[in-house]
Order: sequence, then structure tokens, then C-alpha cells
Amino acid sequence: MNNAVAQQDVNAEVARSLAAIAFIASDNEMTQEPVAKEPKRQDPLTPPELVALVHEIAERRCKESFQELFGFFAPRVKAYLMRLGSDMHQAEELVQEAMIMVWRKAASFDPAQAAVSTWVFTIARNKRIDAIRREKRPEIDLEDPALVPQPEALADGIVEQQQHARRLKEAISRLSAEQAKLIKMAYFADKAHGAIAEETGLPLGTVKSRLRLALGHLRKELKEESL
Amino acid sequence: MTSASPHGHGGAMRALPANHVTDELLAAYAAGTLSEAESLIVATHSALCPLCRDAIAAFEAVGANLLDEIEPEELSAGSLESVMAKLDDAADLPDNVVRHPSSKTAAAAAAEGFVLPEPLRSYVGGDLNDVVWRPVIRGLEEAELSVSGPEFNVRLIRVAAGAAMPQHSHYGSEYTLLLTGAYQDSSGRFARGDFQMADSDVDHQPTAEPGEPCVCLIVTDAPIKLTGPVGRLLNPFIRY
Ligand SMILES: [Zn+2]
Repeated sequence: MNNAVAQQDVNAEVARSLAAIAFIASDNEMTQEPVAKEPKRQDPLTPPELVALVHEIAERRCKESFQELFGFFAPRVKAYLMRLGSDMHQAEELVQEAMIMVWRKAASFDPAQAAVSTWVFTIARNKRIDAIRREKRPEIDLEDPALVPQPEALADGIVEQQQHARRLKEAISRLSAEQAKLIKMAYFADKAHGAIAEETGLPLGTVKSRLRLALGHLRKELKEESL
Repeated sequence: MTSASPHGHGGAMRALPANHVTDELLAAYAAGTLSEAESLIVATHSALCPLCRDAIAAFEAVGANLLDEIEPEELSAGSLESVMAKLDDAADLPDNVVRHPSSKTAAAAAAEGFVLPEPLRSYVGGDLNDVVWRPVIRGLEEAELSVSGPEFNVRLIRVAAGAAMPQHSHYGSEYTLLLTGAYQDSSGRFARGDFQMADSDVDHQPTAEPGEPCVCLIVTDAPIKLTGPVGRLLNPFIRY
């Protein structure tokens, strides 16, 4: 157990350094000069900044950090829920529950496993399944003794995690308009492929094969460069 | 007597499955749009397959990217205040679940030998020894699992060592996850952790290898259709 705690401390330390480095090196993503390209939109927080905020919440129960996270994620999560069919009222309720979950579970967030946005996405997704579909979501239990563990060599660290996130973003931006549309429909429409086929006017087989191609492409992109 | 089964749990070098869940299913699981029945078989395969766990993580990251780029929806007035007011209650219940055990602990615990991984074990209400089997035909038993959603049939089947399943094809999709033993059909050999997807194009007759019974988790979204000479006679009696 002590090892686990020590490991967490090391992780936190690495996360802080990364956040600092990324802050200095991030002039691609965020210009330091206050040039407002899209005055309506708040500059997105970078992945290391998000990690630092969650860390502040976990370690110090810092409400200012939480407010910042809330400001960034809550409107997006609400839009996500409404895309998937929640009405205004329900989306609002679920956003609030999801964000309280973020506060409560901050200590269990592991930056070596996932980006903050991925973690928040899974929390919102699960809230939605609980509330709307009234179904259980069968989850993989990472502590289950019967789980076949990751071969040691495949395990990723925080740095790899950050690299994955960046590569994935690039890979998504390189998708064709049609591939991007199909992927969005797969995530933002609680629809079987048949319904997607109807809506796009494409044959079902075509929807399936194009979606498969797009997903395979994203996966390959990640795999190749991480080897 | 599953403790005698030679499929290798407890050994440090457990073979990874060779046949995986498709990217579409993994992505739908990550997106949260998969039915409970399909999620159960995808998650159970993934408990036995670090590669598919990786893929799920990647597809969750895809979802997060879409979330990043979504046009934000304005919150109701007082939304933040209402959440902030609840934080102090929530703060009393810190959720310090340690979610990532070292693989050593997991391997040591695996020596105790659960055959069924989570989340399947919870749906069964125990391990393989606790399953109550119902005979179907000679050499074949089944146990239905209760999963919400009427459109799927979810069950475990146990095929006696060396026995052949009735020849059949499918009206809809059939997902199979192999849990103990091994079987062969025209498309190859399947062993622990392997996932097979069959639809109306596939007419197959899986045959269990000799040695130990072959236990599979099966999810079907429509009845299968028995196509062999004996199967055609049995069709009216088998409620698949
Ligand atoms: Zn797999």
C-alpha cells in the first residue's frame, strides 16, 4: 500500500512538472498574447492544465480549481447529453451529478491511465446510462483477480498518455468529413448502425465498413507510433 | 470440477486471446451506446484481453475529443452555485478507490482461480461451479442469464468434451465468448478468451475438443436456425 501511495506521489510530481513544461512550451496551442480569435469561446485548457486542476481538487479540495473545471466541462457535458436526447432539465440535472462525481472521485483519477477529458467523458457517459436507459453498465473490474493483466512492457506512463492524446487529436483532425460525421453519429446518436444508415441514406453495409475503416484508422495511428 | 481444468489460470504466462471484439463493438462500448447484453460480453472478453482494454481506452479518448469540440450548451442560472453548495456534503465522502492494482497482486489472487471474470461473475451470481445447468440435448446444457432489454438472449452453454453442437446458422447476430475448453468450426480454433461473431452468412457446427467441457457465453439477438438433418427436427423444441 505504501508503494502505491509513493507511486501516486511520484505521478503527481511528474504531472506537476509536465504541466509546467507544457505551459511554457504550449505556444502552438495558446498564444500568450491576448489575441481573441473567437471572442465567444474560452480558450480550451490544455491536457496538463486539466491534470493540474484535478490534482488540486484531489490534494487540497480546491474549490477554485473545481470551478475552473466546471466552467470548462459542464457546458460541454450538457451539450453532449442533449445531443443524445436528454431534454434541457434532465441534461442539467445529470451535468450537476456528473460534476459532483468529478469532485468526489478526483483522488482516483490516474493521469497515467487517461486524460482528464477522457475521465470526465466516461463519468458523464455512465451517468447517462444509469439515468436514461435504466440499465446496468457491465464494467471491467480492474481489481478482479481473474483479470488478465497487461504485460508489463505494454503499460503506459503519463508522458505516453499525453502523447497519445495529442496524436489522437491529430488523427481525428485528419479524418475525411464523411468519416468524421460517421464517428460523431456513432458517439452522439444513441442509434444502431441501421438507423445511421437510414439517416445518411447509405446502405447498412457501407455504414459499417466505413465506420470500421475510420475506427481502425484511429487505432492504427495510436498503435504505430507508440511501438 | 473446474479446479482441474487445464486452461492455465494461476500461471504467470497466461496466453492472450487470438480472436478479438470488432472495433465497432469496442467503440460502441466506449461510447456507451451498446446494449447491456452486448456490453456484458464485450467487457468480459476485455477482462481477459489487455489489447481490447487498450482499444476501449483509445475509443473513450475519441469520445473525449468529440466532447472537447462540441458546441457548449449554456447552463441554467444558478447551476454552478447549486453544485458548489453540494460539494461540502460530497467532501465527507472522499472516494479514494484505488483502481489500479499491481499485476503481481492480481496474479497472486488469480492463483485462487476464478474461472469467470467480472462483470460476468456478478451476472452469474458466482463462479462457474455455481452455475445451475439445464440440459438441452445430449452433450449440451445451458443456463440463461438475466439481462435487461428484451431483444437479446444471454446464456452460458456447456458442451461436453468432444461433443458437437447442432449445425446451425443465424437469423441475427450471435456473439460467442469462450471461457473454458476449446472448440473448432470451419473458421478455426477458439480457446479461452476468444470472441467469435456469427451472422446469417455463417452456417457452422462448433465441435468441442476432447479433454474438458467447453463453456461459452452466448449473446444472440434473434433465434438461431438449426440446419443439420437432426437440427431441423429439433427446431420447434429449442427455444434459442
Ligand atoms: Zn481482445
